[in-house]
Amino acid sequence: MKQISVLKIQDKIREMVQQINFHYPKDIEDLLEKARQNESHSLGKEILDLLKENSRIAAEKRIPICQDTGMVIVFIEIGQQVQLVDGSLNEAIQKGVALGYEEGYLRKSIVSDPLFHRINTQDNTPCIIYPSIVDGEQIKLTVGCKGFGSENMSVIRMLKPAQSVAGVKETVLQAIQNAGPNACPPMVVGVGIGGSFDYAAVLAKKATLRDCTLSNPDPEYAQLEQELLEEANRLNIGPQGLGGDTSVLKINIESAPTHIAGLPVAVNISCHITRHISEVIE
Amino acid sequence: MKITLPLTKETCMKLHAGDSLQLSGVIYTARDAAHKRLAEMIEKKEKLPFDLENSCIYYVGPTPTPPNAIVGSAGPTTSMRMDAYAPLLYDLGVSATIGKGYRTPQVKEAIIRNHACYLICIGGAGALLSQSIKKAECIAFEDLKAEAIYRYEVEDFPCVVAMDAYGKSVYE
Repeated sequence: MKQISVLKIQDKIREMVQQINFHYPKDIEDLLEKARQNESHSLGKEILDLLKENSRIAAEKRIPICQDTGMVIVFIEIGQQVQLVDGSLNEAIQKGVALGYEEGYLRKSIVSDPLFHRINTQDNTPCIIYPSIVDGEQIKLTVGCKGFGSENMSVIRMLKPAQSVAGVKETVLQAIQNAGPNACPPMVVGVGIGGSFDYAAVLAKKATLRDCTLSNPDPEYAQLEQELLEEANRLNIGPQGLGGDTSVLKINIESAPTHIAGLPVAVNISCHITRHISEVIE
Repeated sequence: MKITLPLTKETCMKLHAGDSLQLSGVIYTARDAAHKRLAEMIEKKEKLPFDLENSCIYYVGPTPTPPNAIVGSAGPTTSMRMDAYAPLLYDLGVSATIGKGYRTPQVKEAIIRNHACYLICIGGAGALLSQSIKKAECIAFEDLKAEAIYRYEVEDFPCVVAMDAYGKSVYE
């Protein structure tokens, strides 16, 4: 057994939530730069120039890139040879979030009850934790800080298997079109296909947090990602929804086996600051 | 185009969807929770925290202000969530709101009826936009923290006319 202290995880979470709120992830920054160079619409180009300037100011002056510093999502893959010590893993992750948001002067945006008592918890917790057990003796953390301007534009559909690829494409492109300027385009779009009603949504979230330099390892899904990206960028939504070639920076698809009767499709819309970071703890 | 606030109805009538503006003067922040409270105060005929006549409301919930800073990150939030309240506020004198994204037909009608306008600034550029805010003071609902009402003094705050006084929208 390999022992890992939950305090080490707490400390990592504290650092990670701050890192991604002040610095664009490299993959997203590169995609934005490429889009800026290729944008043919003058207002769109101007907006992409300003986003670059925003990124520079955020890093240099340590001001969050966006005021919606998000709800924290943590995917934690725990190697089955790992023994966690020094306390509760759940408490350590939550404390890491609270410490990071306090220390970084990040906005606390979580309310304790969604319907009857929308009272701010004042420390941005609880975060959402998706644990999984994997082989090995290490822990992999993937953290996202999800803004809700784009989250609110996400959709899930239970398609019929006969709707197939055309149905998936229609669902994704319609979600992007409806999101329009509300989602702070250019967007990053995570698509979850398969599983069950709930699992498709988790896959979509996971897809938004995937390294955007990677395609789906399956060539058919990789091609679907590419086709959807090209079609989405013909919608003329453009940066901030004011028209242009750059509506979507990347579409990531994650798939899973499903039931003979089903074809769940979840589309998680994310903005031009898709804050994600992964680290391995050994 | 440089605009000195307050924005009068006469000036609004000269603006067109798509115009780029740089605002200087006073704007007030309010988002979801503050709008709810303002609407309740109006209903009870209480005195409001600021004069609505020709005022400009910025839909923003900034990050906390660190020591020695004027304001935190302060970009626009999605306007549509305020659409239930916006017609009432336009009818009571607000001449401009600043946010991002679509508005409902009811807001469009209120804008036309009141010779007002709807402005947008860049979503997700809160660091950049904060540089145009020269003074910030909390004037109401301090308990709401990020959702409190702040009085901002801005200089050359960059925005675009998303809907003009004639109801023309930059998104159509």
